[in-house]
Amino acid sequence: MTPLLSVRDLRVVIDGLHILHGVDLDVAPTGVTALLGRNGAGKTTTVRAIMGLVPRTGSVVLDGAEIGGLPTHRVVRRGIGYAPEDRGVFAGLTVAENLRLAERDSAPAYPLVHRLFPELKAREKQLAGTLSGGQQQMVAIGRTLLNGNRLIVADEPTKGLAPRIVTEVADVLARVAETVPVLLVEQNLALVRRVAGHCAVLADGRTAHRGAAAALLADEEAARRLLGVGRHPAPEVTP
Amino acid sequence: MNTVVLLACTGLGLGALYFLVASGLSLIFGLMDVLNFAHGALLSVGAYAAWWAAGDGGMGFWLAVPFGTLVGTGAAVLLELVLIRPLYARPRDQILATVGVGLALPALLMGIWGADARPFPQPAALAGTVRLLGAVVPVNRFVLIGAALLVLLALRLFLARTRYGLIVRAGVEDRAMVTALGIDVRRAFTLVFAIGGAAAALGGALAGLYFGSVNPGQGTGLLIFAFVVVVMGGTGSVTGAAVASVAVGLVQQFANYYTAAGLGDLSVVVLLAVLLLVRPRGLTGRLA
Amino acid sequence: MTAVLKRWWPLGPLVLLLLAPYSALPLPGLLDGPLGSPGSLQLLALCLLYGALASGYDLLLGRTGLLSFGHALYFATGLYATDLAMLEFRLPFAAAALFGVACSVALALLLGSVGLRVTGIAFSMVTLAFAQAGAILVQRNPGGLTGGEEGRSAPADLLPDSLVGIQHTANLYWIALAHLLLTLAVVHWTASSPTGRVWAGIRENERRVEVLGLRPYGFKLVAFVVAGGLAGAGGVVYLLLTGGATPQAASSDATLALLVMVVLGGSGTRWGPLLGGVLYTWAAHRLGDLATSAAVAGLPAALRVPLSQPLLLLGALFVAVVYLLPGGLARLPARLRAGRTGRTADTAAVPVSEGVA
Repeated sequence: MTPLLSVRDLRVVIDGLHILHGVDLDVAPTGVTALLGRNGAGKTTTVRAIMGLVPRTGSVVLDGAEIGGLPTHRVVRRGIGYAPEDRGVFAGLTVAENLRLAERDSAPAYPLVHRLFPELKAREKQLAGTLSGGQQQMVAIGRTLLNGNRLIVADEPTKGLAPRIVTEVADVLARVAETVPVLLVEQNLALVRRVAGHCAVLADGRTAHRGAAAALLADEEAARRLLGVGRHPAPEVTP
Repeated sequence: MNTVVLLACTGLGLGALYFLVASGLSLIFGLMDVLNFAHGALLSVGAYAAWWAAGDGGMGFWLAVPFGTLVGTGAAVLLELVLIRPLYARPRDQILATVGVGLALPALLMGIWGADARPFPQPAALAGTVRLLGAVVPVNRFVLIGAALLVLLALRLFLARTRYGLIVRAGVEDRAMVTALGIDVRRAFTLVFAIGGAAAALGGALAGLYFGSVNPGQGTGLLIFAFVVVVMGGTGSVTGAAVASVAVGLVQQFANYYTAAGLGDLSVVVLLAVLLLVRPRGLTGRLA
Repeated sequence: MTAVLKRWWPLGPLVLLLLAPYSALPLPGLLDGPLGSPGSLQLLALCLLYGALASGYDLLLGRTGLLSFGHALYFATGLYATDLAMLEFRLPFAAAALFGVACSVALALLLGSVGLRVTGIAFSMVTLAFAQAGAILVQRNPGGLTGGEEGRSAPADLLPDSLVGIQHTANLYWIALAHLLLTLAVVHWTASSPTGRVWAGIRENERRVEVLGLRPYGFKLVAFVVAGGLAGAGGVVYLLLTGGATPQAASSDATLALLVMVVLGGSGTRWGPLLGGVLYTWAAHRLGDLATSAAVAGLPAALRVPLSQPLLLLGALFVAVVYLLPGGLARLPARLRAGRTGRTADTAAVPVSEGVA
């Protein structure tokens, strides 16, 4: 099974500081691939580097084509939808405007977005800055679903959300992943266990482990060593 | 009472001029973080182009103003494409480059047409005065106010109703995120430079009317007051710039008249410092 | 041997500069009269003065990373305060000069402590606003003190005889040279002190300095006050050289000129600002002479217009240096060397961030 996205020796230096020392990563052509690691391991920097939001070297191949040197907007136009860590919602724009900004296709998939998030339809005219965290996350994910993307990159979409909303987001991710592959950065291991097929683990700006997510999480010793599980108990997700 | 009305109209006219300079300055800084020190020079370019067109160009005032605006727009686009764009990875050098252009352009105008002020032809229709509440007010004040209102309206429609307006508003908040939605934000950069250049150049053409003459240093002299307006109104905010322009224009006129001459200018400049110190975030992007 | 040469080579040019007033060497093209003639010494002294001012300004821009648009204010303060102390308080020159520098330091301390509460471009604009307020004050001639557009001449009766008159230009020249040496020594000494290393840290990344538990504010204030004091001393020298105080010294153009000099020569380098200041001042004067000469008046417009406007040429040159020669003239040799040895400097990873193709 050839990977959809294949990252090799990705390096990032910012202000003279080496943040990534060589990350290798494959995103499976179906399902959710999880990117794991402790705080500060370089997960967010890795996805920002894939998106071209930070200066980077190394190779990023999407479906056989090198995209490692492209500016951000052209990376996105190759068919990658990106929901960033802080959600990247424009607070001063309405929900409808936030979505309209993301339109690239001639027929944006509003029916899909409104079916998954009926609330966005109801709150169309509301300023995004006045939404709750969960609703903002819906805007962020909704923006990635408007266009026929080949890959969706979601950076900690459940961070700071109430448990009930976490479940809702997890449901949506699971449904999305049935049609579009997802690269998911996530701290919530219960959620990872539920949705992710493959995973890669970063430590100190390098890839420390690659394999099946279930196998890693089943191996208590490896999970503790790589992820520090136990010190940050994750809220449980109701299946 | 007469004096108050005259001062108010003159202050509003001056405020209109500030708005024409500051609205573009504010959009450019809000979207691109480029403090455009050449913006005053763009005003001067518009002023001289209009002056030339009205005199040597034989166009007459009503064609000369759009001509001046067009030339200023062209100069602004050229500035963005040739000098600003290649320096995006070096923000400080962008500012330095605009400083250089801000020095060189007025010098170029001075080299061609001399350092002295040139009288600006006043069309008969705008040369007269109007009686308003007992005061005799020059018509050109109202021309400036009208032009500024039209520009304000056009800018608000552009920002609210067009896709590029949406991109500009979003970009003022978070430029990187706009690119992360697949949008080439550089086109919006060129566009705001064009809009800012057009507004400033129109201001230049009308400044000739307001002051009765054009001189090479006019634009640079107005620039610092435009900075005050930008900081006061919040960068990236067109409506804020409009309100701040009116406030600055009025304060300056009234203070200069009722207290010692020059105190109005001084108070406005000190106001800039105070505002920045009290609200340093006034310089970070806000909403339109 | 080469190590000794490397360390002490500045002594050579220094000796030459010290002896210049005794030389009758003609430098056609560079200077109008022979080297030791009063006219040439006057221009050379101005060049050295601006070299010093630019070096002092670079303490902010190049060493600490502070972009101030109001440095001329402290220069003008030294200039006017010294002049007014003589004119109004009838102080002897030495006391007036001390007073002038003290005023600059005090003003830099006051405005710096306020302005440095903000960072980045907001700081630049606060300094611009303060300087503009100073320029307006000087222009408006409050209480007849500053003399408005005309400025105020220094009172010849209170100046030492050895500093007045064309026959004593050499003394003024040596004073300018002394001010330059003082500035270079202060800049070099402070920049290599522990404080200077914090400045370098602030320039690279202010946040990281904070993480180390240091407050950048105090360090930046020290740089601001030292630079202000040096500029004030420059104002005193300028008063002697030109015999009076004029409002152009306080204008925002004066600060922009310093900025151009520093960037032209090479910000953050030891000799760059000096080089830029000397070259700029020399070029501005020579171009100014050229602009008014009959030869230029007879040229076709395409040549006459640029040649008649020094600021046009200097502004364009400045843009070209910013654009083509980051690091200024001082880094040119290193760039050329790197160019010859296989362009290693340019083949580093090309950063691709938003807005960069």
